[in-house]
Amino acid sequence: MQANALSTKKLNVYYGEKHAVQDVSLDFAEKQVTALIGPSGCGKSTFLRSLNRMNDLIPSCRVTGDIWMKEHNINGSETDVVALRKHIGMVFQRPNPFHKSIYENIAFGPRYHGVKKKADLDNLVEESLRKAAIWDETKDRLHKSAFALSGGQQQRLCIARSVALKPDIILMDEPTSALDPISTSRVEDLISELKQDYSIVIVTHNMHQAARISDKTAFFLSGHVVEYDETDKLFMDPSQKQTSDYISGRFG
Amino acid sequence: MSAKTVDKIATGVIMCVAGFIIAVLLGLLGYILIRGVGHISWDFLTSAPESIRAGGGIGPQLFNSLFLLVLTLIITVPLGIGAGIYMSEYAKPSKLTSFIRLVVEVLSSFPSIIVGLFGLLVLVNKFGFGFSLFSGALALTIFNLPLMVRITEQGLRGVPPQQKEASFALGISKWKTIRSVLLPIATPVILSGTILAAGRIFGEAAALLFTAGMSSPRLDFTDWNPLDDRSPLNPFRPAETLAVHIWKINSEGLAPDAPQIAAGASAVLIIMVLVFNLGARALGRYMTNKFTAAK
Repeated sequence: MQANALSTKKLNVYYGEKHAVQDVSLDFAEKQVTALIGPSGCGKSTFLRSLNRMNDLIPSCRVTGDIWMKEHNINGSETDVVALRKHIGMVFQRPNPFHKSIYENIAFGPRYHGVKKKADLDNLVEESLRKAAIWDETKDRLHKSAFALSGGQQQRLCIARSVALKPDIILMDEPTSALDPISTSRVEDLISELKQDYSIVIVTHNMHQAARISDKTAFFLSGHVVEYDETDKLFMDPSQKQTSDYISGRFG
Repeated sequence: MSAKTVDKIATGVIMCVAGFIIAVLLGLLGYILIRGVGHISWDFLTSAPESIRAGGGIGPQLFNSLFLLVLTLIITVPLGIGAGIYMSEYAKPSKLTSFIRLVVEVLSSFPSIIVGLFGLLVLVNKFGFGFSLFSGALALTIFNLPLMVRITEQGLRGVPPQQKEASFALGISKWKTIRSVLLPIATPVILSGTILAAGRIFGEAAALLFTAGMSSPRLDFTDWNPLDDRSPLNPFRPAETLAVHIWKINSEGLAPDAPQIAAGASAVLIIMVLVFNLGARALGRYMTNKFTAAK
């Protein structure tokens, strides 16, 4: 059996009175892409944001249950969330580069976490940009504003930015929903390459995308996981009626 | 009346109102400038005032205004930015924070003559700072501080929340996020707000009458030791500012050319305030472009 990068046990998320995620227990395999699909408001993004404790930022939000990363339960109050987020990177729905140069966008995180030497930073920036397949487009303008890049390039820059911290896991929250089809396919190719080194959990609205790039898929519906299986199996031969209704487009 | 006629009338009325406001503004500016600009010369800007003879200048007053401005900013900027950061990033919405906000609002709309009297009773007499630049700076702080707090808070709230998320997702601490991600983006807003506030400080008279005083000792512009009584840099000396000087010369000036001096000083004051305002806009635009530039 393959090792798990992350697993949740009976995870529940509440926004005030609203019970947004209910008793979700999922295992995310190492160096695989796991897709979370489901209609809007089904709790998949909320679930994803609990995994690196981003929901801590929302005052009315409460998360109960366990999230195991190796032998640590990272949902405990004793977890250092700032240190945790170094190990679990995140890419957002809209590209959100910092108002800084391309170089600084990448170097900002590592420098804060202790990479001080300029030569090391230079190498890290190049390595990260290469990994995110954007080095060729940016190498001549590393010190120009990141806002000069197109939306798709900005999103790959954001991926490079998380990669630069050498995380174990990268969470992606609908990373291509704001991009055009060509940029989307480049980001998808990138995700398939990145899984050689990283475990990836991706929320997507686009079922074709889930089918193309993921190894396993979880189908969320109103806060529950209806079905969790190998992607091929889930799309070709779902065991639940709700799943087959959703993927054949009967609702959602 | 048809809808079209009503529309035309409404447009006409609004244009008239706008034109009226512009006319008032231009008339006011033009009157002050035309009356005063002729009197401005290098000699007028640098020489000391004369009490009885003609030919006095506004040198010390101009210097006092600028120095008081710097002193006030030294006190208000760190306090205001600190409190603004607290209000925007740390304070949880509660009765206490809405109370703080109310206090800040009330403070900023305090009549300045009241602040001046408060300064006289508390700063000048009770604390024994005397009529001094320092008392004046503290009095100006009282209504400048709320403005700084609000400017900083608005500047930080204007930063897209995605920027904060991006930084937190990289495992960056809250303080580092504020310092390195949020503040640089908010800087154009904070900076141009600060300059606008500075324009207000520059033109303030009522609060200074009883705090910074209505006289200036003979200043020795070759002595830059801040501890000497005659040094211009001594913050504990009385200092009549330009705005106060205009008021004084208009009400009790004895020099034969007092009206011309008042007109010239008013023109200088207006020009300085205009420079602050236009400078704030230009700087804000320049920095916004620089931070979000496409190239």
